[in-house]
Amino acid sequence: MAAPYDLNDDSVVVIIGSGAGGGTLGNELAQKGIDTVILEAGGRHEAEEFINDEWASFGQLAWLDKRTTSGDWRVAKDFSGLPAWIVKAVGGSTTHWAGASLRFQEHEWKAKTNYGDVEGASLLDWPIDGEEMAPYYAKAEDKMGVTNTNGIPPLPGNNNYKVFEAGAKKLGYERVHTGNMAINSQDRDGRTSCQQSGFCFQGCKFSAKWSTLYTEIPKGEATGKLEVRANAHVLQIQHDDSGKVTGVLYADKDGNQHVQKARVVAVAGNSIESPRLLLNSETSMFKDGLANSSGMVGKNYMRHMTASVYAVFDKPVNFYRGTTMAGIVQDESRHDPSRGFVGGYEMETLALGLPFMAAFLNPGGWGREFTSALDMYDHMAGMWIVGEDMPQESNAITLSDAKDQYGLPAPNVHFSDHANDVAMRNHAWRQGTAIYDAVGATATYPTPPYPSTHNLGTNRMSADAKDGVVNKWGQTHDIANLFVSDGSQFTTGAAENPTLTIVSLAIRQADYIAEQMSQKNI
Amino acid sequence: MKIDTLNQGVNRRDFLAASGKTALGAAMVVGAGTLVVPSQGWGMELKSLKPETMATMIQMARDIYPHDRVADKYYAKAMRAHDDTGAGDADTLAMLEDGVAELNARAGKVGMEKGYGSGGYLDLGWEADRVAILRDIEDSGFFQAMRGSLVVGLYNQKAIWPLFGYEGASAHLGGYVERGFDDIDWV
Repeated sequence: MAAPYDLNDDSVVVIIGSGAGGGTLGNELAQKGIDTVILEAGGRHEAEEFINDEWASFGQLAWLDKRTTSGDWRVAKDFSGLPAWIVKAVGGSTTHWAGASLRFQEHEWKAKTNYGDVEGASLLDWPIDGEEMAPYYAKAEDKMGVTNTNGIPPLPGNNNYKVFEAGAKKLGYERVHTGNMAINSQDRDGRTSCQQSGFCFQGCKFSAKWSTLYTEIPKGEATGKLEVRANAHVLQIQHDDSGKVTGVLYADKDGNQHVQKARVVAVAGNSIESPRLLLNSETSMFKDGLANSSGMVGKNYMRHMTASVYAVFDKPVNFYRGTTMAGIVQDESRHDPSRGFVGGYEMETLALGLPFMAAFLNPGGWGREFTSALDMYDHMAGMWIVGEDMPQESNAITLSDAKDQYGLPAPNVHFSDHANDVAMRNHAWRQGTAIYDAVGATATYPTPPYPSTHNLGTNRMSADAKDGVVNKWGQTHDIANLFVSDGSQFTTGAAENPTLTIVSLAIRQADYIAEQMSQKNI
Repeated sequence: MKIDTLNQGVNRRDFLAASGKTALGAAMVVGAGTLVVPSQGWGMELKSLKPETMATMIQMARDIYPHDRVADKYYAKAMRAHDDTGAGDADTLAMLEDGVAELNARAGKVGMEKGYGSGGYLDLGWEADRVAILRDIEDSGFFQAMRGSLVVGLYNQKAIWPLFGYEGASAHLGGYVERGFDDIDWV
């Protein structure tokens, strides 16, 4: 058969979501000749339609369906209806991401073993390790064109990087560079090099930053074996009496409902929607939702320990010019409990436009303390801090009493910091501030976390079926032909931006699905 | 929305009546359903809010996010949305009118205590006095509605971006690769 596929074609693999996990898996399967349908809840906006305007772009791309929040994180107070800043569009959050592409460190695959028992944390070792993942990381880095790998030169440092680098080196940091970025530093794979437009988060209009939207998806479509159906919002995964999944119910852009039959279903809707879909798919046979015999669907929600530091100088920086996140200090990413916490964090350059700086610098803040910072906007430098947070069973995606536009329970996102997260954030704020003080900052601003961009862990991978939702291949422990293909598989979060690992897992998962299909196991 | 440009002078009577007020309070002339600032050459017609209420809200907006290089008309433009909302929503209109009445009552008290004489929010000449009142009400729905609307309503006006040194969209100019993405030389 060839794309497009009939609703009753039960030989297809259906993938829910078209981002880093779903978009990559779709292309990988199509390249192997497997008939694949990606159902994407959002619309298809090609790169030239992206908007260099923060709020307008947010309206174009962000996932704004009903969500509720709880827990003691500040996001629940400041942005109670917006727990996460992720995307509803073809390409998913790879349209919005910054491009930072870091491999996990060896110790991070075995957090439980290496960190020991951390009170209140539900740590677990991944059932895979760095050696097993190395060839898939290599494939992903080549696919995505990651700088400082495969002989690809680094990106040039922008103004924000210059300040960051000078401060970091004065402080004695050694692992300081412009990052491993999935942004072309030279023309590659039919895409141009970075034009330093400064709108990475709004979708790269030059397609210099890797996104499944204009790489994996058109490559998959070119095989004739991949159909991407946009504006197809999956409401429920269906199963037969034997407990195998048989297809999915989705709503099209007019709200009309259809069932797409399937041989295999892979869920890749990000760590809020993926568990919500499994929970909303409850039946008399699976009363707690699909693939939830462990009770772990939705649990152990992680969002990375995050924070920012902005600093003002007596001379202009114009930090909004150029690549949003091409700068990193890696010295603090090590595991070194002498700092008062387990795990580590990365410091990465970050700039926001004026409208988003006003929204995120100090949410709820006002008065001259607030405006004197913004008055110095063009004299500002900035960094984002991202570190490993502790999984906690009580941090969870659950079904809210609130309903979405289809009348289905909306997701509630509950999060509270672990003491380790707080200790790490305080350390990171001190070090980040010290970097800017070292080059003469006249004011510094320790900025709280934004709505989550790294949503992880809510269908976690475990060796033992009682500890998690999926096995080492992302296959659910309970249902052989149901897979999870996004960051919700993460057993623990590690310190690194997750996309490279999501893509690597998807490449590896495609090999496994193809093998299992050919052996008629699924 | 439309902020109408005017071409009128300030007469001596307006000026004398204004002494002791905030700069904005002194400059504004309130008419039936209109608010005019002749010296700054703009004015607005109101659909739902009393002009005196809008005048106070514009001052309050500046006190919440005071940028001395940003002209009053941009704060007025941000506040205009509340007048539009109030026209179709009696609850919102009442919340805003009541909120401003409360603000004026508190300002009158402060004015008497400090010997400025009784008056409203616009009669408190020092920002610190006004901000102290706002701190007392910052958890109220009225204050939060005002502050929340300003975050987008003020800072998303492209006309003020150059005052902050923000250049906005760049792709149509080819990004900054040839236009100074790495041009600082002081570090």
